[in-house]
Amino acid sequence: MNMREQILTFLEKNSKIDLKELAILLGSSEEVIANEVQKMEEEHIICGYHTLIDWDKTSVDKTTALIEVRVTPQRGQGFDNIAERIYNYPEVQSVYLISGAYDLLVILEGKTLKEVASFVSDKLSTLDTVISTATHFILKKYKDDGIIFTKKTEDERMLVTL
Amino acid sequence: MRNPIAEKARVIRPSGIRKFFDIVSEMDDVVSLGVGEPDFDTPWAVRDEGIYTLERGKTFYTSNAGLKELREEICKYLKRRFELEYDPIHETLVTVGGSEAIDLAFRAMLNPGDEVLIPEPCYVSYVPCAELADGVPVIINLKEENQFRLTKQELLDAITDKTKILVLPFPNNPTGAVMERKDLEEIAQVVREKDIFVVSDEIYAELTFTGENHVSIASLPGMKERTILISGFSKSHAMTGWRLGYCCGPAEIIHEMTKIHQFAIMCAPTNSQYAAVTALRDCDGEVAKMREAYNQRRRYLMHAFKEMGLPCFEPFGAFYVFPCIKEFGMTSEEFASRLLEEERVAVVPGDAFGACGEGYVRISYAYSLEALKRALDRLGDFVGRLRR
Repeated sequence: MNMREQILTFLEKNSKIDLKELAILLGSSEEVIANEVQKMEEEHIICGYHTLIDWDKTSVDKTTALIEVRVTPQRGQGFDNIAERIYNYPEVQSVYLISGAYDLLVILEGKTLKEVASFVSDKLSTLDTVISTATHFILKKYKDDGIIFTKKTEDERMLVTL
Repeated sequence: MRNPIAEKARVIRPSGIRKFFDIVSEMDDVVSLGVGEPDFDTPWAVRDEGIYTLERGKTFYTSNAGLKELREEICKYLKRRFELEYDPIHETLVTVGGSEAIDLAFRAMLNPGDEVLIPEPCYVSYVPCAELADGVPVIINLKEENQFRLTKQELLDAITDKTKILVLPFPNNPTGAVMERKDLEEIAQVVREKDIFVVSDEIYAELTFTGENHVSIASLPGMKERTILISGFSKSHAMTGWRLGYCCGPAEIIHEMTKIHQFAIMCAPTNSQYAAVTALRDCDGEVAKMREAYNQRRRYLMHAFKEMGLPCFEPFGAFYVFPCIKEFGMTSEEFASRLLEEERVAVVPGDAFGACGEGYVRISYAYSLEALKRALDRLGDFVGRLRR
């Protein structure tokens, strides 16, 4: 792996890491790392720094739904135009173009089931090009972005072994 | 009543730091840097295969030498990674961890009075296993000035008419030392000239950080026929509890080892053997990921020691560093005991791995970065206080 890939591999799992520390871990200098990170931000290789939160452990209510959307592609635009119509809604977390039985996968986050339902019926299904939708509510998140939410982290090894 | 104990068993010295271990295990809130096994879970694909074969009821003995399928995978792996060519049928034996293979090799090769050269500091089982096989352990004291590598001269100085086996424990526990191709070539020359054999314990072969792949002495000219290569899955695939290792070597030696193995063990655990097939087939990527994580921690530790002013040669193998604590004027055990008592950090005194480990401590980096940081903060405080 080249230096950029090494940096990205690390930041993808821990964007909070101090760049000086990252330089030590990768056997490089802080300047080199900082420089690369800045360049990758400018090039939009690094698109943002997020925090992975298990909202279920807080008092905040969130409802996440996966919505399969079948659409009619538009001449000259393909799916891009319709995707844009959908992703501009702030409650939409992610939009993916999908191969297979449907076209777009929309991940939606709302406060309540009702809020999600009304988004689908009022905003999404009323778009001209949308043929049909199927909404799946997420009941429990076990693993997100490679992190297992329910995992125990105790060290079960003996304290000293030769 | 007659004395039920055999003299041979009685004279085996228990590890000198048993007392220290007992204290550690009784303590709460210890941050340990004392563990000799990976912190990673066994790759899921391997565990999944273990579960699957249990479900299918694959719970019978395998052949004494191990599943043919596994032996074939072992040979393919050794070829792919280390340019070694072994025959899975006659030159390969699956054992209960690398440790069993050490025991078997000595028992199959030593006659009473044969000398076994053991470079120390090293893992603790070579000396008692050699003694139990009626061999005579001859210690070679490795030096920090040579980065704890075995030199040609040290080897020559230790060889007598009675020398039969040289144990080559690299990458090394506890020092983290490696032997590179040029180092091994010099050793191999002496081994060939003096007509002795090598028991090469390469259990940490996947964990080298020189930028070059590990080189096995068995891959050098004229060495395959005089080397027993020992390895296993514990360190490379984070599979310590599965108890699975293997050895490869000349058919006539493997034949004798298999005989002893047959009567003492029957065969290595069947479930572990099936899981290990998957480990060799599908997990090169996982192994590489773990290696990279270890390497990052190694750099982090070296940097931290530098900041603390704690002298430490840079190790390029296994997952240990072996800093020198001579400046504090205490024995390794005193240092480790006080560190434990005052800062609740557990390290292993260097003399646990041989007398010449005195003045050093073994620090393992088979820990998460967070755990390492916590421990290093405390170690830094301790060292600072000692210097004041």
